[in-house]
Amino acid sequence: MMADLGFEVNERVDITDVVCPVTFVKTKVALEELEEGEILQVHLNEGEPVMNVPRSVKDEGHQILKLIENGDGTYDLYVRKVGD
Amino acid sequence: MATDYATLKKGGFMRQKQKDHFSLRLSVVGGQVSTEQLVAITEVANQYGHGYIHLTSRQGIEIPFIQLKDIDAVKEALAKGGAKPGVCGPRVRTVTACQGAAVCPNGCIETEELAKELSERYFGRELPHKFKFGITGCRNNCLKAEENDLGIKGGIRVSWIEDACINCGLCEKVCREGAIQIENGKVVLSQEKCNYCGRCAFSCPTDAYEKTPGYLVSFGGLFGNQINQGETIVPFIEDQETLFRICDAALTFFDENAKPSERFKFTIDRVGKDKLDAVVWKAYEGA
Ligand code: HEM
Ligand code: SF4
Ligand code: SF4
Ligand code: SF4
Repeated sequence: MMADLGFEVNERVDITDVVCPVTFVKTKVALEELEEGEILQVHLNEGEPVMNVPRSVKDEGHQILKLIENGDGTYDLYVRKVGD
Repeated sequence: MATDYATLKKGGFMRQKQKDHFSLRLSVVGGQVSTEQLVAITEVANQYGHGYIHLTSRQGIEIPFIQLKDIDAVKEALAKGGAKPGVCGPRVRTVTACQGAAVCPNGCIETEELAKELSERYFGRELPHKFKFGITGCRNNCLKAEENDLGIKGGIRVSWIEDACINCGLCEKVCREGAIQIENGKVVLSQEKCNYCGRCAFSCPTDAYEKTPGYLVSFGGLFGNQINQGETIVPFIEDQETLFRICDAALTFFDENAKPSERFKFTIDRVGKDKLDAVVWKAYEGA
């Protein structure tokens, strides 16, 4: 599966167990742990999380690489960390 | 001393139940108050009022328990901090606004400057009855645009830039109106369903949307003894010149057609909505 993406994932975070605004907080904390250029996979729910979390990540200046719909009401968002 | 209540009221002095006391309404534009103004307001409330202020339902500040004899001293003390009395009565009232695009991530338009410009053009203008302007930065409508005689709501007209798209599918997911469909890697946008919220463009990781900010204007809102949701007449307005032309036309229509003490909504109903429609369409089209 990694090969399909065309990049290597450095870290994963599951935010399907929390609700807004903790979803974003958890994502932000996970990103802070990474080095610049590293890639985070965020596992998130449909609805409010997918409508808001990618947007907030973008507003913080990180690069969104891909969003994959898993077909079970969840998504995987791939983010490259930009800046420290 | 003969008290000129009409002049006092025009100057924002609201007569209280308590004899010779006024709740002094201050001029606030777009809900923004500087700390310098706050200091002056605090000093006046302490020295001439009862040590508190009241926040009104339309982003105003009032200082209760100001006495008639202190009015000149109060005005002078306020002026030192750049604060001044507002208005009441049959004229254009406080222009309210949310923080808009300058601060809010959802904001589609700049609201502070627009509130100031509208205020400079119209604030205090004498009319048959009160007239309220309200500006909200986007569809979320935190500022409740449609409860104003003239409500302005920010929006963004989006247009897909194919070359910049990485086909991530996010825009289709964030659109709450089902206006976006991705077919064979191409974004297909339904203009009928789109409500100009801008969410797709804000979310797009590669900024593959061209964004044109603009305004949706509603007319005839009321939220007092009678309640009415203001209604739009013309579509999305993309430039401020047209917006101001429309505001001018609406105010002139009200001024020329309203009976004394008749709110805009009732003038529209009595004279005929088609009459206002014609005037607003003409302004929209540039006449
Ligand atoms: C990622 C987390 C968050 C999500 C998913 C979220 C979602 C939303 C949504 C969907 C709306 C629009 C509601 C509508 O359609 O009318 C909204 C409005 C709002 N949000 Fe959030 N929000 C989040 C975080 C926050 C935080 C942290 C704050 C404040 C500290 C906040 C303050 C507000 C306010 C003041 C409004 C306007 C409410 C109104 O309509 O009057 N939000 N939020
Ligand atoms: S109306 Fe829109 S721009 Fe204004 S504060 Fe609310 S969400 Fe932000
Ligand atoms: S502007 Fe809003 S309603 Fe229009 S297509 Fe984009 S997300 Fe959908
Ligand atoms: S969000 Fe942007 S990059 Fe992703 S599919 Fe839509 S237009 Fe393309």
